[in-house]
Amino acid sequence: MTKEEAENGRDDMVIDGAEQANAIPDGFNANYLRIYYGKLFPHADMFKWMSYGNDGKHPACDKSYFGRREFSFTLENDIYIRFQSFNSVIELENSIKEKCPFKIDIGPVYSVDPAKRHAYAGDNVFTPVEREVVFDIDITDYDDVRYCCTGADVCLECWPLMTIAIKVIDAALRDDFGFNHILWVYSGRRGVHCWVCDGKARRLTNEQRAAIADYFRVYKGNENSHKKISLPGPVLHPFLARSYTEVLKGFFEAKLLPNQSLLSSEDRYEKILEMIPDASVASELRGRWQDNKRASMSKDDINLVRWDQLKSVLQSGKQKTQGIRRCVEEIVFSFTYPRLDMEVSKHMNHLLKAPFCVHPKTGRVCVPIDPNNCDEFDPTTVPTLSQLVEELNREGLRQDAENEWDRTSLGDSIKFFRTTFLQPLLKSCKEGIESSYNAKLQQSKNTLSWTRQGFFLTAFSPLAGKHHAWLI
Amino acid sequence: MEVVQSHRKSSSNNVTVSTLPLYRSAPPLEVRLEDFELFAMDRLRVLKGISDGLGRGKKPEEMEKLVADLWKANMRHPQANEEANKDIISHFVLRLVYCRTEELRKWFLSMETTLFRYRFRFESSEAQRALMSEFKLPYKAVSNAEFESVKDKLGQVARSMGQTLASADAIFYKVPFEEVPELVAGRRVFICKGHAYVAMNQVVSLVVTQFRSYLSKALILTNRKWTSTVREQEKDRLAPIVEALCTSYLGPDYSQPNEAGEISVKDIDHIAKTSFPLCMRHLFEKVREDHHLKHGGRMQLGLFLKGVGLKLDDALAFWKAEFAPKVSAERFDKEYAYNIRHNYGREGKRTDYTPYSCQKIISSTPGVGDHHGCPYRHFSEENLRAALVRMGVSSRAVEDVVDKVRNRHYQLACTLTFEAVHGSSCDAGINHPNQYFIDSQRILQSKGLCLHTEYCVIWDTFEYSLQLTQSLQWMSLYVPIWFHSLAEFDIKGTGAAGSVFTDTTDGGGSLNPMLIQ
Repeated sequence: MTKEEAENGRDDMVIDGAEQANAIPDGFNANYLRIYYGKLFPHADMFKWMSYGNDGKHPACDKSYFGRREFSFTLENDIYIRFQSFNSVIELENSIKEKCPFKIDIGPVYSVDPAKRHAYAGDNVFTPVEREVVFDIDITDYDDVRYCCTGADVCLECWPLMTIAIKVIDAALRDDFGFNHILWVYSGRRGVHCWVCDGKARRLTNEQRAAIADYFRVYKGNENSHKKISLPGPVLHPFLARSYTEVLKGFFEAKLLPNQSLLSSEDRYEKILEMIPDASVASELRGRWQDNKRASMSKDDINLVRWDQLKSVLQSGKQKTQGIRRCVEEIVFSFTYPRLDMEVSKHMNHLLKAPFCVHPKTGRVCVPIDPNNCDEFDPTTVPTLSQLVEELNREGLRQDAENEWDRTSLGDSIKFFRTTFLQPLLKSCKEGIESSYNAKLQQSKNTLSWTRQGFFLTAFSPLAGKHHAWLI
Repeated sequence: MEVVQSHRKSSSNNVTVSTLPLYRSAPPLEVRLEDFELFAMDRLRVLKGISDGLGRGKKPEEMEKLVADLWKANMRHPQANEEANKDIISHFVLRLVYCRTEELRKWFLSMETTLFRYRFRFESSEAQRALMSEFKLPYKAVSNAEFESVKDKLGQVARSMGQTLASADAIFYKVPFEEVPELVAGRRVFICKGHAYVAMNQVVSLVVTQFRSYLSKALILTNRKWTSTVREQEKDRLAPIVEALCTSYLGPDYSQPNEAGEISVKDIDHIAKTSFPLCMRHLFEKVREDHHLKHGGRMQLGLFLKGVGLKLDDALAFWKAEFAPKVSAERFDKEYAYNIRHNYGREGKRTDYTPYSCQKIISSTPGVGDHHGCPYRHFSEENLRAALVRMGVSSRAVEDVVDKVRNRHYQLACTLTFEAVHGSSCDAGINHPNQYFIDSQRILQSKGLCLHTEYCVIWDTFEYSLQLTQSLQWMSLYVPIWFHSLAEFDIKGTGAAGSVFTDTTDGGGSLNPMLIQ
């Protein structure tokens, strides 16, 4: 296939067979994207998700709900258009196919259709009313603790930092906060996003979101302060303690320490020694390590050996000050504990990239990540745009336009999205809509019967679905 | 006047427990017009004092004492019912005053909530429980069985805060976590499946949140009513008082620097060394060094420069040039220019953003790679010392500054730095980086070292600018200076200053000694 044919980008493109494998030049461009939006991007699933059950037939469904959600598109040439809204899945799909945005962001659900916002004057009339609780973790925020890559690069040595961030946050969102409908997404290059979609979460105020973000915040520094992690108090809060014992400690000692050689050379171990508030303890260790130019007697990794030495010095019975003993945990936290972007989570009107977008710089699709199997996620094998186009071509022209994604590497991601996230979410939404409708109905019946009868008091128990009536 | 008193019946022994008013409804009282104003002024002094205390980073114990002193000095009355009346009336008058814009409402809400919080802490635990039931909080006392199952975790949380779990019959309440955001944010409660387990002594937080939420809604309603009916009806009687009360306590926000006081890009280097406060110096140095700044830093420094008098085109040129080694001109135009124009009110909803005050800067949260925020708060001691020495602060003064920082008085630390660098005292204290700059230029001008003599004129123009401003944090400290400056400054007679001066007649109320204390 020639380059011209590749860039033809039309749905009915016919390609020669297998000998043309890898004939698609790698990359990201509008033509590939057009094919992607035409055949692969899950428009209907996104619509169902964003409708949260309001696209159903139940009388309590809010028909205006989807139309009040803001989308923003970044087009080719960095043209950026905000406050896009759509009233149906067809409108959404057509707009995406027509405009072919390089990036799609999702904003909040507003009190009124964002396209009509100028019609409303005054404070608080055009205002966000619902928005998922979101988190953004970016590996560049860990640049001061990873040596294998910097900036936008990611490799399999440092990617595990993201994995443990997912584990820590996901566990807390479920066990501590009681949320259930959580979607983790690869951001396409160097990080992960988290979408918490429970109804309760969507209705939280900015202050409440900030509280959740602050609950997760431990790292408080930049290059101007030395001690970036401070864990005061004789014991750790149960959330921190659990994170440490179940995730962070093991990861640090078994993986990060040896893989990043955190204690093997002088400038690296100095960074750790700097975190010890007691200078004499630090110099004791420094002395031992400086002399130890030859490989130690044992065959063990030098990093592990030195870490054991550090732990035994800091946690020995001789150390009386609280701060010294806690130092071990502080060091582990400072290297491994998740670093969230606070600003993303605190405001309802923050726009966040939609899942299943393609990252312009890497060509990779923003696919969901399974938090229960996040150890297996490999960012270097995430399907790319050109790979998917090539896979489509390989299968040849087919009559049915349905489910083309199933013939490509994207199939697994979409199936995962549907079965583990979308379906349970929609089921729960439907139940929620129905039960609140029934509760309201019952409440108005209550008032009616009370005013009419004057003597009866009826009570509705939504959980049990029973009515109890008492005669007063 | 009728007697108004908050009575709550305590459930156990039918004794009436006198509690804090919740300001649920306006009192059916007759108030003399004079008292209308006076009561409000006294309460406003209390709120100002609280604002000041918060701005100086006072710790809770200090704030408790401050609130008690302020209340005693301004609101006490020998007869309890008179005191209660004054309390309620003054609150409702100030609601009228402070309901009118989003910024005013935010400030009033913040101060009244803080006031309520500390007054609540003084109440007996019986009174506190009575108040909690008033609020109909969705809490449930934890049953014994449940308590046993979570006791370990509750103990762990208590110990993590350096406390111990209260005795075996400690009362805990189970509340949805979103009802106690402060406690969650500080990890001061155990949460499980969306429920927070709140200790009795933390209940303050619950109550305060309710108070705040109620007052927030009430303010919006008050605003609607004011704008739709009351203001017109009262335009000869209450409206002038309400409007004067508001503006007499406001000060400049540096959002509109005078035309005469513009600076050009080449001036920045020089004034950075002589007149920038440490936070801006640091940002400026970092831009020079890294040829980049993250968003928080660009906002803080960019708005400051706007306040100093940097015009939009010069600002664009400045940032473009600074970023040039790392960012091409096209990329700059694409990615950064829009935001700078946005800051100057030329894009989007055309808000003209105001430069950040110290309070805002101190409370920001710089993260990895950030350089904004208040260096007195966010720098390690070592880095702070080095930075101060580079500014030319003597080692003796450095010690004083560090001492203030250790006690978390960040603005006082900056004030001391100012005094050390300029060799003269700054009585008002530093509350705003642009204030630091202008004060610095004023001193240098008087020594013949200033860049533009117009700065002094601008300063006066700001002083008498009576537009409703958005930054209210440092209004209390600026008030005495207005008086001071009246005597001291000889207005140079440039058009701008002259005309504003004559405009002060409507703010002539602000010269009324009764209103400015």
